Amino acid sequence: MSSETDDLFGGGDLSKERLKGRAFLAFCFAASVFGVFALALLLLDVFSQAATGVFVRDIDVVRFLTNSASRFPDQAGFYAAIVGSAWLMVLTVILSFFIGVGTAVYLEEFAPDNRWKRLVEANLANLAGVPSVVYGLLVLAAVVNLGNPLTGGRVGPILLAGAIALALLIMPIIIVSAQEALRAVPEGVRRGSYATGATNWQTVRNVVLPAAIPGILTGTILALARAIGETAPLIMVGALLTARRAPDGPFDSFGAMPTMIYYWADRPEIDFQYLAAIGIVVLLLILLAMNATAVYLRNKYETEYQ
Amino acid sequence: MSEKTVEIDVENERGETQEQDETRDGAGGNETTREEVAVETRNLNVWYGEDRAIRDINMKVPEKKVTALIGPSGCGKSTFLRCINRMNDQIDGARVEGEVLFHGKNVYDDDVDPVALRRRIGMVFQKPNPFPKSIRDNVAYGLKIQGKTDSLDERVETALRQAALWDEVSDQLDGSGLDLSGGQQQRLCIARAIAPDPEVILMDEPASALDPVATSKIEDLIDDLSRDYTVVIVTHNMQQAARISDKTAVFLTGGELVEFGDTEKIFENPESQKVEDYITGKFG
Amino acid sequence: MSTGKKDETEAALTGEVARGDRRKQYVVTRVLQGCAAVTIATTLAIFAVLIDNAFSFFYGQRLHEAILGATLESRVGVVEFLTGTRWAPYHAFPDYGVLPLLNGTLLITVGAAFISIPIGTATAIYLSEYASERVRGVLKPTLEVLAGIPTIVYGFFAISFITPVFIRPVFETLGFSVSFYNAFAGMVVVGIMTIPMVSSISEDAMSAVPDDLRNAAYGLGATKQEVSTQVVLPASISGILASYILAVSRAIGETMAVTLAAGHRSQMTLNPFVEIQTMTAYMVQMARGEAAMGTVEYQSLFAVGLLLFVITLSMNLLNDWVKRRYREVYR
Repeated sequence: MSSETDDLFGGGDLSKERLKGRAFLAFCFAASVFGVFALALLLLDVFSQAATGVFVRDIDVVRFLTNSASRFPDQAGFYAAIVGSAWLMVLTVILSFFIGVGTAVYLEEFAPDNRWKRLVEANLANLAGVPSVVYGLLVLAAVVNLGNPLTGGRVGPILLAGAIALALLIMPIIIVSAQEALRAVPEGVRRGSYATGATNWQTVRNVVLPAAIPGILTGTILALARAIGETAPLIMVGALLTARRAPDGPFDSFGAMPTMIYYWADRPEIDFQYLAAIGIVVLLLILLAMNATAVYLRNKYETEYQ
Repeated sequence: MSEKTVEIDVENERGETQEQDETRDGAGGNETTREEVAVETRNLNVWYGEDRAIRDINMKVPEKKVTALIGPSGCGKSTFLRCINRMNDQIDGARVEGEVLFHGKNVYDDDVDPVALRRRIGMVFQKPNPFPKSIRDNVAYGLKIQGKTDSLDERVETALRQAALWDEVSDQLDGSGLDLSGGQQQRLCIARAIAPDPEVILMDEPASALDPVATSKIEDLIDDLSRDYTVVIVTHNMQQAARISDKTAVFLTGGELVEFGDTEKIFENPESQKVEDYITGKFG
Repeated sequence: MSTGKKDETEAALTGEVARGDRRKQYVVTRVLQGCAAVTIATTLAIFAVLIDNAFSFFYGQRLHEAILGATLESRVGVVEFLTGTRWAPYHAFPDYGVLPLLNGTLLITVGAAFISIPIGTATAIYLSEYASERVRGVLKPTLEVLAGIPTIVYGFFAISFITPVFIRPVFETLGFSVSFYNAFAGMVVVGIMTIPMVSSISEDAMSAVPDDLRNAAYGLGATKQEVSTQVVLPASISGILASYILAVSRAIGETMAVTLAAGHRSQMTLNPFVEIQTMTAYMVQMARGEAAMGTVEYQSLFAVGLLLFVITLSMNLLNDWVKRRYREVYR
C-alpha cells in the first residue's frame, strides 16, 4: 500500500526518471540561452570596442561620419562607404523589386499548376541556397569583365555591378516573401472581383496587390537588410576596400560599409579595429532602423479579415 | 415576348413550355403572365475529377423573377449556380458538359469570354467578401473595371440605395468596407454586384452567415431587386425560399434536379414524394 | 425582338466588351512570365559562366572559345586539381591541388556543425515542447536577430573577442599553441550563426507534430523528456535533417567570417588551432589581389567557385530529397 502511494509521488524508479527529465530540460534550456548569450557577448564586444575608440582613443564621431578612407586611422572615416551603400540599396531595390514581385505575382496568380511552375519554384529554393560569393563571381565574369564597347576596355568594377550581384542575391527572398503576402489575401476577395467581371490582371492590380503590398514591402525591406551587410559579393566584383571618395553614380567605382569594415578589421593596427567597431555600430543601427520600419509597416497596414 | 418563347420551344425538344405558359406570378410584384427565359440549361453535368457533382440538369430561369435553388448540402445547387457565370472556371479539375444558354447563347461556347459573361451575370457569395477598400471604392469597383466611369458618384449612390444600405453609410463612404457589420458587408457586396447593372444576380446562400435581423433585411432587398434583375439564389433555408422566390428548384443528393416549378406549388403540392419528404423535414 | 436579344447577348459575350482588358491581360501575363524567366536565367547563367571560365583554368581557353575552334593547351590537370595536396598559386612553382582548401572548408563546416546541430536541436525542443509563450516571445526574436547579423560582424567578433579573449587564454593554458588566425575561431562563429537555421526549421517541424501523438505517449506513462526524444523527434525527423543540411550548406558557402577568423594559409591539417584557408577565403584573397584576366590565378577563381557551387547545389538537392523522402503528412 505505502509503496504504491510512493510510486504516485515519484518514489523509486520514478525519481530517477524525474532526474533525467530535469537534466534534459536543463540542457535544452541552456542551449536556448546560449544563443542569447552569444548575441549579448557579440554586441557587448562591438559596443565596448566602439566606445573605447570614441572615448579612450578620441576618435571624433563627426569626423568619422564626414571623412572617407585614409591611411591614417585618426583621419579615416565612413562617409564614402555610407554613400556607396546608399547607392547600392537604391539600385538593388530597383533591380530586384519589380522582377521579384512580378515573379511572385506570376507564380501565385497567373501560372497554371504545371511542370514549368514547379521548375521555377524548385529553382528558387536552389537559388536561395547559392553562396553569396558565387553571385559575386557570376557578376565579375558576366558584367565586370565584359568588353565595354564605349571605351574598348572592360566594364570594370562599377557600382551597378555590385548592385546587380546584390539584387540577384536577394531576389529569391523577395519572391518568397511576396508569395506569402499574396497567399494571405483571402480567396473570397478574388472571387468577388471575378464575379464583377474583372479579368485576372484587373483583379490582381486593383484588389490583390493593394491588399498584399504592406506584406510585400515588409519582405523587401528585410531582404534589403540582408543585402546591406553583404560583403563577399562586393569584394568579388572588385569593390574598393578603401573608398576615398563617394561614388558619383552607378558607373563609378565604389566602396561600401561592409567592405570598409572588412578592410579595417583586417588591418593589424589596433586603431583600425576601433574604426571597424564604430563602423559596425553604424551598420547595426541602420539595420535596426530597417527592421523597425518593416515591423511598423506590418503592424500598421495589416489588413484585418474576419 | 411570345416570339421568344416560341423560339425556345423550337430549340427545346422536350416541349416543357406548356407548364411555363400556365405559370402565374406568385409573390412578386410583376404582373406578367408569360415569362421571358433569362437562362436555360440543357443536359448540364459537372464533374470534379471522377465525381459527378450535378447530372443532366434542364431548367429555365425566368427573367426578372427570383428563382430559389434548395436542397440538402452537397446536392450540387451551388455548383449549378457557379456554372451560370462560369465561376467554376476558377476551380481546378472542374469539367462542364451540356449547355447553359443565356438568352439563347451557350456561355460555354469557345467564343464566349467568361469575363464579359460575368459583366452581365453578377454574383454574391455566402461569406461577405468586401475588398479591403473604402465603401465607395467597393461599390465603384465593377464600374471602374468595366470602364463605366461617368457619373460615378450617382451610380454608387443608386446602387447603395438599391441595396438598402445608403441610409446607414452615406456619411462614411470613405470608411473601410471591412469596418461594417456582417449584414452591412453583405449588402455592400450586393451593391457592388448591382452597381455595373448586370441582368442576372446569382446569390450563393447570401444570408447563411448572418443573424435573423440582417437576414430579413437581405430578404426584403431580394424582393425589391427582382423588379429590375433576374435573381437566382441558393439557400438551404426552406422558409426563406418559400418567402422570397417565385420559382423553386429542388436538388437532391447526387446532383439531380428533382422538381422545378412555381414556389407555391412546390411547397404546397409537390409532385414527387421525395420532395415532399424533404420539404416536410423527413430527411435532409 | 427576341432574336435581337439573342444577337445582342452573343455580341456582348463574345465581342468588344472585354477585348481591351483581355489584350492587356495577355501582355501582362507575358511580362510576368518574363520576370519568372529571369530566375531561371540566373541559374543557367551561373552554370554557364562558371563552367565557361573554369574550362580555361584547365585548358587555356574558355569553353565557348574552344567550341568556336580555339586550340586547347593543357594548363592544370583536372585530376591534379581534384587530388593535389598543395595549393600555392603565388609560388614560383605554383601548385593547384584544391584539397587543402577543401580541407579547410570541411574542417570549419564539421566544427561548426558540432556547435550548431546540438545547440540548435536542443533549442528547437525547448521552444516547441517546454517554453511558455512569454519565454518564446523573447527567445524567438533574439534568434532572429542572431540570424540577421551580417557575417562580417561575426568575423570581427572572432578576431576581436573569440580568439584573443577566449580561445588563446584557454587553450594556451592547456598547452596548445594557438595562432592568431585559427580554424577554431571560424568554427565557433560559423556555428553560432547557423544555430538559428537549425532551431527555427527544426522547431517548425516539431510544432507540426500533432498533439494526439504526444497525448498517446503521455497516456502510456511517458515522461515529457521521453515524449520529446522518442515521439516528437522521430516524427519530425525529415524537417530536422533538412535543417542540418541547410546549416551545413550555409557553413560551406560562408565567406567573410572565415576569411577574417581563419586566415589565408592553405594547408592539409586537422589541427583547429592553426591558420587555414577555405575555398571561399581563397576567392576573397584572389579577388582582392586584382589578378589580371586571363592569368591562371584569375581562372582558378572560377575552378574553385564551380567546385563550391557544385557542392552547395548537391546539398540543396539532397535537402530536397530528404524532405520528400521522409515527409510525414499529418491532417
